[in-house]
Amino acid sequence: MTDVLSLPWLEAALLVPLVGALVVGRMRDPMRAARAGTAFAAATFFLSAIAGHAAAAGYSVPAWDIQPRLYGRRPFALDGLTGPLVPVVALLHLLTAAATARTRMRRFSFAWSLTTEAVGLATFACTDAWMLAGLLAAGIVPPLMELRERRRPVRVYVLHMGVFFVLLLVGWILIAAGSTGWGSGLLLAAVLIRSGIVPFHCWVTDWFEHSSFGNALLFVAPLTGALAAVRLLLPVAPPTMLDVLEVMALVSALYCAAMATVQREARRLFAFLFLSHGALVLIGMAVDRPLSLTGSLRIWSSVILSLGGFGLTMRALEARVGRLSLTRFHGLYEHVPALAVCFLLTGLASVGFPGTLGFVGGEMLVDGVVDDNPWVGSAVVVAAALNGIAVVRAYFLLFTGTRHGSTIPLRATGRERFAVLTLTALILGLGLVPQPALMARYGAAEQILKERETHKAEKWGQKHQANVHNESN
Amino acid sequence: MMDTTQIVTFSGLVAAAAPVALVTLLGLTSLFARPVSERVTAFACHAAVVVGLVSTAVVFVFMLASGNRHVVVELGDWVAVPGYHFAVKLVYDRLSVPFVLLTFLLCGTIGTFSSRYLHRERGFNRFFVLYALFLAGMVLAALAGTVETLFAGWELVGLSSALLVAYFQERPAPPRNGLRVWVVYRVSDAALLLAAVTVHHLTGSGDFDQLLGTGAWPEGRAMVTESQAFAVGLLLLVAAAGKSALVPLSGWLPRAMEGPTPSSAVFYGALSVHLGAYLLLRASPILEASPGLAWIVVVLGLVTAVYAYLAGSVQADIKSALSFASLAQVGLIVAEIAMGWNYVALVHLLGHACLRTMQFLRAPTLLHDYHTLENAFGEHLPRGTGPGRLLPGPSRAWVYRFALERGYLDAILGALIVDPFVRVFRFFDRLERRWTDFLTGRESRESDAVASAAGQIDELS
Repeated sequence: MTDVLSLPWLEAALLVPLVGALVVGRMRDPMRAARAGTAFAAATFFLSAIAGHAAAAGYSVPAWDIQPRLYGRRPFALDGLTGPLVPVVALLHLLTAAATARTRMRRFSFAWSLTTEAVGLATFACTDAWMLAGLLAAGIVPPLMELRERRRPVRVYVLHMGVFFVLLLVGWILIAAGSTGWGSGLLLAAVLIRSGIVPFHCWVTDWFEHSSFGNALLFVAPLTGALAAVRLLLPVAPPTMLDVLEVMALVSALYCAAMATVQREARRLFAFLFLSHGALVLIGMAVDRPLSLTGSLRIWSSVILSLGGFGLTMRALEARVGRLSLTRFHGLYEHVPALAVCFLLTGLASVGFPGTLGFVGGEMLVDGVVDDNPWVGSAVVVAAALNGIAVVRAYFLLFTGTRHGSTIPLRATGRERFAVLTLTALILGLGLVPQPALMARYGAAEQILKERETHKAEKWGQKHQANVHNESN
Repeated sequence: MMDTTQIVTFSGLVAAAAPVALVTLLGLTSLFARPVSERVTAFACHAAVVVGLVSTAVVFVFMLASGNRHVVVELGDWVAVPGYHFAVKLVYDRLSVPFVLLTFLLCGTIGTFSSRYLHRERGFNRFFVLYALFLAGMVLAALAGTVETLFAGWELVGLSSALLVAYFQERPAPPRNGLRVWVVYRVSDAALLLAAVTVHHLTGSGDFDQLLGTGAWPEGRAMVTESQAFAVGLLLLVAAAGKSALVPLSGWLPRAMEGPTPSSAVFYGALSVHLGAYLLLRASPILEASPGLAWIVVVLGLVTAVYAYLAGSVQADIKSALSFASLAQVGLIVAEIAMGWNYVALVHLLGHACLRTMQFLRAPTLLHDYHTLENAFGEHLPRGTGPGRLLPGPSRAWVYRFALERGYLDAILGALIVDPFVRVFRFFDRLERRWTDFLTGRESRESDAVASAAGQIDELS
């Protein structure tokens, strides 16, 4: 009898959102589309959770292997890095769909959300570099279509993503041709743009200005730029490139954290918080040590869950009172105390508050970075402190300071409560019992560094052979 | 049957677990929008405090009977990966035991007082959730055997403190002041985190024994060089200055009086405001190892005491006057620590915390108390003039103004740090707007319409 875990769960998880997008796209009634979209997102989450579990249990190839081969290899598989991330990304999609308010169901495109999910999950599960580059490029399209449908300006987005695409393509062609120096330089530039590293970050804030909050959240939350860095850049980048990445990510983390504290509107605050955290993840990767890399991977999961929850809470508030100004007090606590608690909890989790998901990751990141350079470590601590100030400032402005008068009840709906409580349970549960997940992250970090060492050895071996050849001539 | 060591270890664990259980009960029921009744809340608080107090007393009695002055309860590694481990270790010694006993005693008193004082208040449940968080943070910080555990407790105390300052959240002033408190605490937290990382870097672990020597407090000897002690000590001093409102980070203390009286009493009269001094007491071997640092701490403590005396002398409301009176004593305690008078400082701290809690709790009935006294005396109470009358005319006015403006500390920090910070990043924000407008070919920000639709707030806006 076939073992349940050896069934093609990953393949199913990749196909279901694609089929879902096609089905939901044909529905005209927004309520039906919402129900169907949520059901497809739920199925995708459960399938990806089983796929992640199977990968962790060592089921690398299913008994019914239905994947076509690409250059003799299976193009999609989960490993120590992506095994835990794929279910987390799928969960965020599910909760975003489930927590969509009725008033926003016409605006939130479930079909495009499922398309984004399909492309996103495939990107995370992809093992082939060329295909990954293609999927990263394909991931640009759904947000563009959404902006066009909403008749919002697309130039900022198109310009940045166009340059990203060209740099990614040319960079990878150069690397494939053996020109690692130039190739990794262009790849680095592509990663910086896709990750929204200062000064290439304006497309992210602009995207949050014009997109629906839900789709904006789903597009940036998985930190696909960090994936591009791990899969494409880290294995081939010379140390100088990583130094450049570290410095630029550090400046970005500080700048965006500082900008978050002075924002006058909630979406922009959220965008800057995200950018700052994304930059912190890249710092850990650039430092090239197991400890900082483990911390960085841990923060990655934390960012998806905690800032995802933070964003969902903010989106729920927007559904009630419209876009949220941060120049006055709103006093919403009395109406939505559950959302207030979740807002604070998820926000604090993102900045590494003790007992939450981000705490240990933050400590490890700082510890690893300080080993490399104490000043960089200090700057990371300052960035985290500024992010903490931004979160609590937003909490006070949105939930306290006045009495909010409303003629209709604003309390959280059951689905919203389910979404935020699920995220809260995960944030606290994984924060209080961090060891199992952390060991998996450590294994993934070691694997990444091993791949990098292998590449270095190969390169060094080629250079050494060339030197021997020259000397013998 | 458990032997004595097992009983002590069990009691040591229970003392720390009781407040955590309280947080879990009150926190989870609130999270699921099913808060427990006032009566159950009060009972749970009593139970947690009594259990914690009795457990700590058991450890204390064992220490007295056995002569063991350094009882360690190891909970093992919470996190361990190659190259990093986060050990949870509770230390009962001559410093932590009195402080934990004091914490349970005062929190028990405040809990009982508050369950009546805040009866049927809208924020009753919120107050007690934050109170439980504070109690857990204080106990964890006091018993911490590693700098990471201390950091965790420290952060819990900071968060509960800032949120309680904003307790009366229907008005704008409390959240504004809560934000101020939070900002200073974040500076303090960042310094403590950096100190923790530096300790890890220097000793290979966050264990206090590795840093301060294995001897029972205060007999430990720092295991680092003088320059290393100076660096770590300076970071700890910044952390302590933020938490204990030492100059120049004193401005938040009177602002923190926006909170309800019971929380003001326990936070700023008794426990929280002494946590910085407690940290310095714990790190006293580091101060001994670095005379330069010790002098800096002495000067800072004395300057804080003088500043607080002057500012406190001209306050027109009782809670502010008491907060500055607290600060003056904290300054003196800090100076005593730096001079190596550890036991004097500890006794001073314990006595001061008890007295000030009592004064804060009597503050709401101050006028009534005055009337009672005046009735008893049969005349108005004499008004003290203070030493200000000894100063010559012009300098008296200057000192009065200085005290009235609370040493201009808020204004100086605002002018030198906050305002330039906000101006610079608002400038960058404008640049970004121009850039996206240029790329878009028209106005690019939908959020401008949202932000300009309402008035401004003046704090970090």
